[in-house]
Amino acid sequence: MIAAAIAFYVFATMAVIGGLNVIFQRNPVHSVLWLILTFFNAAGLFVILGAEFVAMILVVVYVGAVAVLFLFVVMMLDINITVIREGIHKYVWAGLLVGGVLLAELVTVFTSWVMFDDAASLSTAPTPDPNVITNTEALGNILYTDYVYLFQAAGIILLVAMIGSIVLTYRTRTGVRKQVIADQVARRPSDTLEMVKVESGKGLQ
Amino acid sequence: MTQMPNLVPAYAEIFLALSGLLLLMVGVFRKTDPVRGVARLAILAFSVAGVLVLTTNAVAVTTFSGMFAVNAFTSFAKLLVLLGGGFAVFLMLPWAKNEGIARFELPVVMVFAVLGMMMMISANDLISLYVGLELQSLSLYVLAAFHRGNLRATEAGVKYFILGALASGLLLYGSSLIYGFAGTTSFVGLASALSSAQENVGVIVGMVFVISGLAFKISAVPFHMWTPDVYEGSPTPVTAFFSVAPKIAALCLFLRILVGPFDDLMFQWRQVLIVICVASMLWGAVAAIAQSNIKRLMAYSSIGHVGYALIGLVAATPEGARGMIYYMLIYLFMNVGTFAVILSMRVKDRYVEGVNDLSGLSKTNPAIALALTVLMFSMAGIPPLAGFFGKYFVFVAAINAGLIPLAVIGVLSSVIGAYYYLRLIKIMYFDEAGEGLDKPDLSTGVVMGVCALAVVVFILVPEPMLAGADAAAAALFQG
Repeated sequence: MIAAAIAFYVFATMAVIGGLNVIFQRNPVHSVLWLILTFFNAAGLFVILGAEFVAMILVVVYVGAVAVLFLFVVMMLDINITVIREGIHKYVWAGLLVGGVLLAELVTVFTSWVMFDDAASLSTAPTPDPNVITNTEALGNILYTDYVYLFQAAGIILLVAMIGSIVLTYRTRTGVRKQVIADQVARRPSDTLEMVKVESGKGLQ
Repeated sequence: MTQMPNLVPAYAEIFLALSGLLLLMVGVFRKTDPVRGVARLAILAFSVAGVLVLTTNAVAVTTFSGMFAVNAFTSFAKLLVLLGGGFAVFLMLPWAKNEGIARFELPVVMVFAVLGMMMMISANDLISLYVGLELQSLSLYVLAAFHRGNLRATEAGVKYFILGALASGLLLYGSSLIYGFAGTTSFVGLASALSSAQENVGVIVGMVFVISGLAFKISAVPFHMWTPDVYEGSPTPVTAFFSVAPKIAALCLFLRILVGPFDDLMFQWRQVLIVICVASMLWGAVAAIAQSNIKRLMAYSSIGHVGYALIGLVAATPEGARGMIYYMLIYLFMNVGTFAVILSMRVKDRYVEGVNDLSGLSKTNPAIALALTVLMFSMAGIPPLAGFFGKYFVFVAAINAGLIPLAVIGVLSSVIGAYYYLRLIKIMYFDEAGEGLDKPDLSTGVVMGVCALAVVVFILVPEPMLAGADAAAAALFQG
């Protein structure tokens, strides 16, 4: 038990430190690296909760794909952080006000937190006993059965996202020479070569 | 083994999803005029989906493990959304011919947006609500930024996207608080948890977050900042779409969620909604006065109309719900008609959007001027026209629910709002004639005529139009 507690505090502390550094780093590339550290620690927290599938997904998707994409974008765009920070003094009070209100709200909510007595019985898909069935298997059992509607809907959302990004960025450019392999393969000697018998003593006209 | 879910209630959605995929292929492989070809097929898809909604309308059922509910109310709301979507695509046909920026993805994305709206309306679980909402929103972000070479469109798209993502975040955060209390996300489970449990700060905060997220989607004050920019930056047929379909869908969802799972917290949400409602009515009326772009004007007008429709929701009685449904039905026709007029504002083959481009229209093109006059009188709520009855029903519902101050504010703000509707009429009839508009396209003229006629004859034949709305409101309060 004590090991779990220690692990929790280590992961939680590191996640908070990582999160703060994401905001306060001057170099955006460093921010992204700290973000990756935060993701790893969040994954650790999920493992402690017994949700190893979510933990692995977090590492694979967020660290492996999203954060790497962030890195690419940050490196490709020339982000000048000092320019972004120029107007910050004007907005800092408004930001602090909103943040303060939100913090007060959160404190109120979590200090007076109760859970509905029958909450456990209402749950649509209660967490099964990890000794009987693994987390991943349990998710697989409901994802394509009870939750098939959401699964399909999520697929359509991704399709719309794909159509949208293509519509908003794709341009047909003229004057670009592209390799058309079919044309190259279909090319025959007779299309381009002409065999000429050259008589001796005469050149080609 | 788990059983195959009952697909019959969701036939319309499944059909629309499949036809969206099919239309995408048609658009890619069709060589001649793909935009209008796909747009025509999209209208066909909307019509077939409407028939499917009507045929699966019989009884209230849920399916997909209780995540998807169908009853008379959802069917009626879906028909309204499909009608709005169909009108918008129909208005797109002549526009696509005249304007070079149209591409076949436009109607395809609109089909998916309508699918998202129908999923929202039928949502019976916080997760399916969010999924439907997100499908709708994502499609709308794309539509808003569609005119990508245009600075305003890009600004509109980015603004809408960032604020919309924030609103979705609020909604999700609120949902997580509610889930944390009740241990379930299904509307049925939430209703029983919230009715038997004591009031709890966490749930109330969560509910307010959910309300904020939804208020953003219907562009109610104070979550309306994106509306004028998005209306101005989007292509006009898309603006017509924006002004009807998503609003109807989100308002119906609002109604379903507040009188469903959150019914027992009515005392709490009523206060929040009264503020939103009053602010929308007043700001919609006042801010529109200074607008010179007719699409921005319509944005503020729609903000005001959302305020009036919300009165029916605040009343929280079957009568109020009925009033709100009437209001949306009438609003659909008024708004589509007005956008048909805006789409016929062309001077020398170029679309114009200035209010002053209408000057002297009664002399240069009396038919359009007459149609717009009827529509504007109706929007202002002048008695024999449909718009008056829309307002009348919600105000009466508010008075019967004991909300007399709210009704008084509603009447006052509609008087203020009448100013800018009447100003358009004054510009058309009493100002010096300008260059005059080009002859409108046939289909634009047809939509304009149908909508103006619907607004005029409403008083003669209200029963057939309202019978469906009555059944819908009754179904909502049954359970």
